Amino acid sequence: MNEILSKEVGKRMFLLGNDAIVRGALEAGLDIATTYPGTPSSEIGNTFNVIAKEAGIYFEFSTNEKVALEVAAGAAISGQRAMTFFKHVGLNVASDPFMTLCYTGVKGGHVVIVADDPAVFSSQNEQDSRYYAMLSGAPMIEPIFPQECKDMVKGAFDISEQLAIPVLVRTTTRVNHVSGPVEFGDMRAPRGKVHFDKNPMTLVPVPLVSKQRHPVLLEKMRKAQELTETYPYTTVEGKKGRAKLGIITAGASYGYVKEAVNRLPYDVRIMRIGMVHPMPVKKLAEFMGTVDKVLVVEELEPYMEMWAKVAAKDAGLTQEIHGKDLLPRMWEFSRDIVTGAIMKVMGDKPPEAKKPLDLQLPARPATLCPGCPHRATYYACKVATKDEAIYSSDIGCYTLALLPPLKTADLFLCMGSSVGTAAGFSKATDQVVVGFVGDSTFFHSAIPGIINAVHNRHKFTYVILDNRTTAMTGHQPHPGTCKDGMGRNDAPSLDLEKVVRGLGVEWVRVVDPFDVKKTIETFKEALAHDGISIIISRRECALIEGAIKRGKDGTVPTYRVDKEKCKKCKRCLKMFACPALYVDEDGTVAINDLLCVGCGVCAQVCAFGSIEKVGGDGK
Amino acid sequence: MSAKSTEAINIQLAGVGGQGVLLISSIIGLACVKHGLQVLSSEIHGMAQRGGVVWSTVRVGEVYSPMIAEGEADVLLAFEPVEAARATEVVSKRTEIIVNTRPIIPFTVGTWGHKYPPVKDIMKVLEGISKKVVAIDAEQLARDAGNKVATNVVMLGALMGRDILQIPSEVMKKAITEKVPKKAVEINMKAFDLGVKAAKKA
Repeated sequence: MNEILSKEVGKRMFLLGNDAIVRGALEAGLDIATTYPGTPSSEIGNTFNVIAKEAGIYFEFSTNEKVALEVAAGAAISGQRAMTFFKHVGLNVASDPFMTLCYTGVKGGHVVIVADDPAVFSSQNEQDSRYYAMLSGAPMIEPIFPQECKDMVKGAFDISEQLAIPVLVRTTTRVNHVSGPVEFGDMRAPRGKVHFDKNPMTLVPVPLVSKQRHPVLLEKMRKAQELTETYPYTTVEGKKGRAKLGIITAGASYGYVKEAVNRLPYDVRIMRIGMVHPMPVKKLAEFMGTVDKVLVVEELEPYMEMWAKVAAKDAGLTQEIHGKDLLPRMWEFSRDIVTGAIMKVMGDKPPEAKKPLDLQLPARPATLCPGCPHRATYYACKVATKDEAIYSSDIGCYTLALLPPLKTADLFLCMGSSVGTAAGFSKATDQVVVGFVGDSTFFHSAIPGIINAVHNRHKFTYVILDNRTTAMTGHQPHPGTCKDGMGRNDAPSLDLEKVVRGLGVEWVRVVDPFDVKKTIETFKEALAHDGISIIISRRECALIEGAIKRGKDGTVPTYRVDKEKCKKCKRCLKMFACPALYVDEDGTVAINDLLCVGCGVCAQVCAFGSIEKVGGDGK
Repeated sequence: MSAKSTEAINIQLAGVGGQGVLLISSIIGLACVKHGLQVLSSEIHGMAQRGGVVWSTVRVGEVYSPMIAEGEADVLLAFEPVEAARATEVVSKRTEIIVNTRPIIPFTVGTWGHKYPPVKDIMKVLEGISKKVVAIDAEQLARDAGNKVATNVVMLGALMGRDILQIPSEVMKKAITEKVPKKAVEINMKAFDLGVKAAKKA
């Protein structure tokens, strides 16, 4: 049995925040979980993928976050306990059904995890999801430690059922990706099959119905307001009596505050907010009434600061309330940043930051792996377009090609945007336009854009980089593969070529990007086509087990640069740029045999035949 | 200024995607829980793979955040020389730096014209800002143990060889056994012992 399913109450495990979220949902008697992978929430799905069958629950990787939310909502409205999880921008995709789900309400608890990414470790923006709670009316809670991830998620199902509304759980990277001890509680059994009771006057929000549902939502928000004032994870700590400074904080910021305060000589009281929507305005005012000055410590937007000021105004309090005047409105905090703000409020001068090292270091950005099929596709494209095209890109590993020397990503906005923006480029300019999308992103949200391009006669070449997986987030399956969320290997897999032809695209070719000559020729033909032309460039991600062909002895083919033949033109580095290639001391190119996986594409790239296979029987 | 016994032990790990840095922080965390210690650990997934920089932290004791403040690392466990230098914000005269001396040259040296400083220059800078530098060729020791993939466990052994973390070796070895593939246990045990020995000598 997987340890996370243990029925042993009181068992202690060292768990990642994301795994603690899974455990919390299981303890609550979860029936169904849905997601589209996105960092920092991805491991929640990876764990469900492993344990769903054994746990007796249903889990799926949905085609996108909107569908994920809808599938779970259907179950929750029927009476099952459901959880949907995604990264912050995933809620953008799911926001349409989410807004109205707060009108229809749910019967079984529906918990929605939204993982924000301050400091944008792996996202396209730094948006603050707390405003979605205000926008929709849904309650939102914020755990800090793995133990709380488990306990608060478990409790969120009860709140959701009590108020008959979905509950948002906001996390950040430093909550999802923090590991710590977690003590297990008792596990409730899933409800199993339920009976859906028809109720169209609640569940079909035509204007007649939605007009009546809005006051119902407002009444739920009023009840949530009572709940937040007594929510057990909203706490106040510090000595009794009046304090010089009161700090209001939540989430990962609490840790920085607590450790800063422990090391400073000031008289400080700390209020930690566990439910950030609705904000406990009464409790806030009470707290602020016992301190001389207030500092709100929160990453990203001045959300709690705004509520603190509202609460102070309503209660007639007039003291200083600081927040974003002293703390950044972007990126992550640290104990040092928070210490500086506290010292400033107290009228002291913060210590100066450390000087950087007197040593120039080479950058080490993430890059496409050795043997990555995308790099070979990009090379062929650059040769065919003479590198004079606009490259409309999308979200996945392949976006890493924005960096020199490949530079084959000129724009992306969100999942699936590549096809719409390619159409826009082709209308606005006379430049050649090539769009790139990954296979998983294609299924996620590129399909309507392709239909649009066909119907409105847009002219560009669109490349589906089909590496047979959702690589960037950790190799989750997608509808083009035969794997599914339940861990089965016989899922119906959609044939990309048939899908694209079904959308009305007439010019479609499938290529193997490791056949460089053929791929270049295909690009040339595609570029000459009057209309949308689609190339499906198919080759497994090099990180998938078995993708790298090994010989009986386990070795890969090894390649070597013939120093006599190398003309030192460095074309392979400039146009192809595999991380296994480097310039040797004598100016010729060399291959790092620790990194090389023997794909052999560089040998096809060299115009002088100087790269040759020397050993390994992998092919 | 050394850490008082009541204060947390702060370990910063740094390396390159693919070196197994995160596996080591999860093994340390597991060993702490097994030994009944409070622990928080943090890591970054996603973009850190694909040959990029990987950082993680382990903090043992009564802590409220997994993040290590400026200059407060007790140990910087660096799997690569340049990555040791890149992670020095948390280094001060209280810090022991345990560093694998084998460079992994980033592609920016070949294609962006960036320079990889001589390893001895890096070591000199590290010595100037820390309490002690323990430089070991972890990759060679891993090869001696049977597989260079065990470089990360050599580094873990080296950490244990410095007697900073008050956890018995057997507990750490049990955590390793639970976290690595069964067929790799023997090699990893050898790698661990070689790491302990190398660090004790330093």
